[in-house]
Amino acid sequence: MDRLLGVMTVASLLLIGLVLASVRREHIRVEYSISWLVAGLALLVLSLWKSLDQRIALALKIPDLAVTLLTVCGVLFLGVLFAFSLRLSQLKDSSIKLAQRVAILEYRLESLAVESAPNTAPMRADAAGAYGTRAKMGQSVR
Amino acid sequence: MVLIPAYNEEGAVASVVEEVRAVVPDATILVVDDCSEDHTVREAQRVGASILPLPHHLGLGGCVQAGYRLAFELDFNYVIRVDGDGQHDPQDIPVLLRALQQENCEMVIGSRFLNADNPRRALWRGGWCRALGISLFRSILRPILGRPVSDPTSGFVGVNRKALDVFSRAFPLEYPEIEALVVLQRRRFRFLEVPCRIRERRAGKSSITAIKAFYFPVHVLLGVFVNVLLFPGSRIWRILRK
Repeated sequence: MDRLLGVMTVASLLLIGLVLASVRREHIRVEYSISWLVAGLALLVLSLWKSLDQRIALALKIPDLAVTLLTVCGVLFLGVLFAFSLRLSQLKDSSIKLAQRVAILEYRLESLAVESAPNTAPMRADAAGAYGTRAKMGQSVR
Repeated sequence: MVLIPAYNEEGAVASVVEEVRAVVPDATILVVDDCSEDHTVREAQRVGASILPLPHHLGLGGCVQAGYRLAFELDFNYVIRVDGDGQHDPQDIPVLLRALQQENCEMVIGSRFLNADNPRRALWRGGWCRALGISLFRSILRPILGRPVSDPTSGFVGVNRKALDVFSRAFPLEYPEIEALVVLQRRRFRFLEVPCRIRERRAGKSSITAIKAFYFPVHVLLGVFVNVLLFPGSRIWRILRK
C-alpha cells in the first residue's frame, strides 16, 4: 500500500510539474490547466494523507484501500476528461461556424469584386453567377 | 440552386457540373469544396461552377450545411443536392424539383429503390454491409417517422426554403442524411421519396472505409435517438430544462 501511495505521490508531482511547465511554455492555456492542476493536487493530497483515504474507503464501503484510491483517481480523471470533451465539442461547433462564415464571406466578396469590375476577366468563371442567375432560377422554380 | 459537395473529386466534378448545367441551364451550380487536397476546385472552376471554398475540412455535414447557409442567405427557394462523385444522374433533378414545388413537402429524396425492377436485388447490389445498414435504418426510422422510407441514406435530396431555414441553423455534421430526416420529422415537416437512378461512382473513393462502416451505424443511431429524445419540446427536454 505504501508503495502505491509513493507511486501516486511521484505521479501527481510529475503531473503538476508537467502542467506548470506546459503553461509556462504556453502549450496549455492557464484556464485549461486548472482542471489538471486540481486533479494533480487532489492526487497528491490523497497520496500523502492516509487517514483521509481510509475515511473515504469507509464512506464508500470499499474494504480495499488500493481499490478506493484507484476508484477516486478514475472518477477524478473521468471528470476532467468529460469537462474537456464538453469544451472540445463547443470549440468544434465554433470552428465549423467560423469556417462556414469565412467561406461565405469570401464567396460574397469575390462576387462583389467581379460585379464591380465587369470589364476585367473574372477570377472565377461563375463568381457572380449566383447573383446573376438567382432571379432566373427564382422565376423558373417558384 | 444545385449544390454539389465535393472532397477530392477532381476526376468527376467537372462532368457532374456540365451534366447539371445541361439539364438545368438557368440554375446556379455551387460546388462546396471541403478543402480538397487535389484539383477539385480547379476542375470545377474550369467548367464555370461557383465555388464555396471551405478553409478547412469539415466533413460532409458541415460542407452541405455551408451550402445551405449560403443558399438561404441568397434567398434561394429550392436547393437540390447532387453528390460530386457522379453517382446521381442530373436527369432526375427536374423530378425532384417538380415534387418540391407541387407536392407540398419540405424535402424530396431521390430513392434508388422505388420503382426498381427488383428492389431486393437493388438493395444487395451495393454489398451486404450497405444492404444490412440500409435495412437496419429503414426499420428504425419507420416508427420514428410514422411511415416507411426506402432509401434513408440517399444524398440526392431537394429542400425548400422552410427546410433550408432549419438546416442552415441545425444540420447533422457527420453522415447527415438519416439524422436530417429525424430533424425534419421533429418539426412536423413532410418529406417525399421519388424514384431516381444511381450510377457507379466515376472517380475517387467512398469516404466510408472498413472501420467507418462499423462506426457509421453507431454514430447515426446515437444521433437519431438523441434527436428523438431531446428535441426542443420533448418531455425529457422540458424536464432537463427545469
